Amino acid sequence: MSHGLEQLYQQVILDHARERHGFGLREGAAAESFQVNPTCGDEVRLRVHLTDESRPRIRAVSWEGQGCSISQASLSVLADLVEAVDVKTADDLAEAFRALMHNRGQALDADREELLGDATAFVGVAKFPARVKCAMLGWMALRDALVRALTTIDDGIKEN
Amino acid sequence: MTSRATAPVRRATAGAGDRFEPADARAADEPGDTELVGGALAAVRADFPVLSRTVRDGRRLVYLDSAATSQKPMVVLDAEQEFYTRSNAAVHRGAHALAEEATEAFEDAREAVARFVGVGADEIVWTKNATEAVNVVAYAMSNASVGRGGQAARRFAVGPGDEIVVTEAEHHANLVPWQELCARTGATLRWLGVDDAGRLDLDPLHAVVGERTRLVALTHASNVTGAVSPVAEVVARAHAVGALVLLDACQSAPHLPLDLRALDVDLAVFSGHKMLGPTGIGALYGRRVLLEAMPPALTGGSMVEVVTMETATYAAPPQRFEAGTQPVAQAVGLHAAVDYLSQLGMGAVAAHERALAARLLDGVAGIAGVRVLGPTDGRDRLATLSFVVDGVHPHDVGQVLDDAGIAIRVGHHCAQPLHRRLGAHSSARASAGLYTTPEEIDAFVDALAGVRAFFGLEGRR
Repeated sequence: MSHGLEQLYQQVILDHARERHGFGLREGAAAESFQVNPTCGDEVRLRVHLTDESRPRIRAVSWEGQGCSISQASLSVLADLVEAVDVKTADDLAEAFRALMHNRGQALDADREELLGDATAFVGVAKFPARVKCAMLGWMALRDALVRALTTIDDGIKEN
Repeated sequence: MTSRATAPVRRATAGAGDRFEPADARAADEPGDTELVGGALAAVRADFPVLSRTVRDGRRLVYLDSAATSQKPMVVLDAEQEFYTRSNAAVHRGAHALAEEATEAFEDAREAVARFVGVGADEIVWTKNATEAVNVVAYAMSNASVGRGGQAARRFAVGPGDEIVVTEAEHHANLVPWQELCARTGATLRWLGVDDAGRLDLDPLHAVVGERTRLVALTHASNVTGAVSPVAEVVARAHAVGALVLLDACQSAPHLPLDLRALDVDLAVFSGHKMLGPTGIGALYGRRVLLEAMPPALTGGSMVEVVTMETATYAAPPQRFEAGTQPVAQAVGLHAAVDYLSQLGMGAVAAHERALAARLLDGVAGIAGVRVLGPTDGRDRLATLSFVVDGVHPHDVGQVLDDAGIAIRVGHHCAQPLHRRLGAHSSARASAGLYTTPEEIDAFVDALAGVRAFFGLEGRR
């Protein structure tokens, strides 16, 4: 087995792909996003659950879908990372992960590495351009769901 | 690249005389063909420079993605280069020497490709690929449906009450254009299903293909299961009810002796890049009387006779369907490709690939947790094998094989309905070509056997 393949399928990724944290759609979501990777047909339906504050925080995400170990593990790690964080932090996480996916297999700076935690295990994905979309699938869904949720809240505020 | 391999001259090219032999006669291995084994196979491989390269840290490339696109022999690359180096010009216009040479090369290519599939040169229309060829017919039918082409084109017209029939095994390219045609015209789309092994189920043939059917579009061989369709039965029924038959020959043209006249289909499409030729060229075959009656789909330069500010009259086929500047170098490359295939002999190619298919089926049958999508017997099938590995996503299967230098396809292979029917979201696919060796099949089987273990599941390692 090559170093590239070992780096791609790190144990933490294989574990998350099996455990799939956040799997199983839950009721009471602020918004939902459905994303498809047209090259392989993989899909995810992801919901964001927000707190009842005027500036809501993310309580949790729940999701269902099917895909390769990279996409499933990425969703699992995402579910851990965005639990009980504010929307700004979720945006920073998404941005840091996107940066990691475009960093040609190199680690990011220490601050963003610390922010990403388990998600730094996906560093090797960037060496396989065909797999970047797999890793990004859940993060695309998160961003889309957050935009939908916050638009709904904004609309609600304006209507009131 | 400095090597300049020449075309293998292992036996005389099939002459024009065998053009109209029935399919059965041509399907038999021609005794003059050289078997593609040992030294002969090694010589063939030497004609394909890419096959000797390495990938992923020095692993020898094992290319098992020929159903997606074939590799190209040096003679094809040389032919294109020679054309651009010496004779490049636009065709069918200009009175200069280069224009003459280019036009001659372009039309020679049409003649050669027509001969290769057993039809007349004026029955072959160049397109950019097989997808475009299907769309040319679908849009011609649309145009006929609103009266274009006049009385002669009536047989292409469809509307409410008319039916187009496809099969569940189709590539999206031979499905979506018909969905669109039906949406535009009000015609109804129907289809023939497949059985659990992916073989076309002909039991409902008479119920599905009937008096209302105007066209049956089916694949000659599935790009997923490798199953070869029972074309003769479908053609017989379609013709009995006055329907046209369009054959998608993309997967058969590179692998089986192909005689469209003997198959008695009315229309057919195939792509150059899957049969050793360049990308950017495909072909539409239509019976002469049909092409003469069919209105154009793409319009513009080169396909007209007289143009006024109000209207235009159209050229005779095949030019009527070839609007705009044509893919001349690609046609020249495809000419070299069919010459190369003819020199090998399609009987020899088919025999070689039958042996590879048997080896593939044998190999994967011995691996726990692998399910084949498609027939598991070697009868009427190509060396194209799609499968799912229990507990491992196809993308991950492909990644582990890639690490061993083995190139396979993963995904739904542009056939989502067929995957749905066979109970899989997507699959991995190994597909051989005439240059594939038995050792490469073994390397694939060996690597596949280790996939489940790699992901911590039970399996040999």
